[in-house]
Amino acid sequence: MGKRDMLSKRIIPCLDVRDGKTTKGIRFKENVDIGDPVDMARQYYETGADEIVFYDITASHEKRNIMIEVVRRVAETIFIPFSVGGGIRSVEDMRAVLLAGAEKVSVNSAAVRDPSVISKGAAAFGSQCIVLGMDILHVGEKPGIPSGYEIVIDGGRTPMGMDALQWARDGERLGAGEICLNAIDADGTREGYELTLTAMISEAVGIPVIASGGAGEPGHLVDVLTRGKADAALIASMVHYGTHTIPEIKDYLDRRGIKVRKTW
Amino acid sequence: MIAIIDYDAGNLTSVARAVSHLGFSCVVTRDQKVIQRAERIIFPGVGAAGAAMMSLTRLGLDQSLEAAFETGIPILGICLGTQVILGHSEENDTPCMGIIPGEVRAFPGDLRTENGQRLKIPHMGWNRVHLKKPHPLLADIQETDEFYFVHGYYPVPADPKWVVGETDYGVSFASAMGKNNLFATQFHPEKSGRPGLSILRRFCVWDGTWEKGTC
Repeated sequence: MGKRDMLSKRIIPCLDVRDGKTTKGIRFKENVDIGDPVDMARQYYETGADEIVFYDITASHEKRNIMIEVVRRVAETIFIPFSVGGGIRSVEDMRAVLLAGAEKVSVNSAAVRDPSVISKGAAAFGSQCIVLGMDILHVGEKPGIPSGYEIVIDGGRTPMGMDALQWARDGERLGAGEICLNAIDADGTREGYELTLTAMISEAVGIPVIASGGAGEPGHLVDVLTRGKADAALIASMVHYGTHTIPEIKDYLDRRGIKVRKTW
Repeated sequence: MIAIIDYDAGNLTSVARAVSHLGFSCVVTRDQKVIQRAERIIFPGVGAAGAAMMSLTRLGLDQSLEAAFETGIPILGICLGTQVILGHSEENDTPCMGIIPGEVRAFPGDLRTENGQRLKIPHMGWNRVHLKKPHPLLADIQETDEFYFVHGYYPVPADPKWVVGETDYGVSFASAMGKNNLFATQFHPEKSGRPGLSILRRFCVWDGTWEKGTC
């Protein structure tokens, strides 16, 4: 089987949204607003993004309707899949986001607290809709954490004593259709993805794995899509500030033998 | 008016949004009378074949679709909508509509690339469609264009003459099929950017003819 038999590796810009504005922080802290999420989504759609991820970091659950309105406007603007995560706690939260036009919802902290939210979501909307987002800290091997990677929640603040590899397997069994790995150590550093973690989890599950956290240059994507065995790579700072563009990144990957979607 | 058939099978709003974006009016409906009067029908769907066929027969929509096909109304099947147009699905061992004879099979669980990397199921993401014959709805499509797929089962029409395009994912499968006034895709044109929208745009003005008399 040659390159033509392969799926294209997906390049996915990730927009953190707070109170309806795109924002960017380092290691989940020090956020600054950088633009309008709908305008940015349109720009990424027009320049070859394969999918877009919106992560709602609005602190208050009462302001969720602001995000729903953003989702509705995005759905009228771009015609590629997009997912929404952040603050999704229940099947009702999922339904609101999906009805507003998102393809997928991502659950994270809520699934750690109550894993049945994964199976309930998969039963209601299908596994293809449910992304399990995992925030992960490298802690080294210790009792209860045989893989050396631990699950943290609440934006990286609360360690849960749960092994990341085991949680990925559990998530697949519960009905998640995809896993998004957020490596907290690497997030916002632009020093490269967590390759060991990504390869370990991608080999352990039969569902697609998206790598997230640490992208700073196109070479980092080559690493995570080959050695890291990721099916897709999330990018943020490297495109949000105009340092790189999606066509340029895709061209770089293509020249190194990685199959990407080249016409849009 | 374009009728988008609503049978409790997943996210129908995205198809309606794409059609509206292209400047055509559409209605999401399960009303047989509305479907009977429609100039065109889009038959989308996400979910499982068993539940889908149960809904369709309960609502009498399988008969509406068959009648529309017989009278020559242009029909576009998408994803699960395409799968239940075939004769039988391995998913939930479901007898389906059989407008295109054939079956729907599960991807084997042990697919690998030549360098041993595991092919994930479902087939989720962007892939090419290798054109097997010209079709008016694919007039703008180039070999390098890619389309968005998400599915664990794939169509196997009984006769290769209905295959318009093929996609490779461990196996080679029919990702676009045509039979008279029916066109059916395994991928999601409403989520496939420019090439997907071009198929939808052409469908919205299609008269339903294709190689008259040969199929």
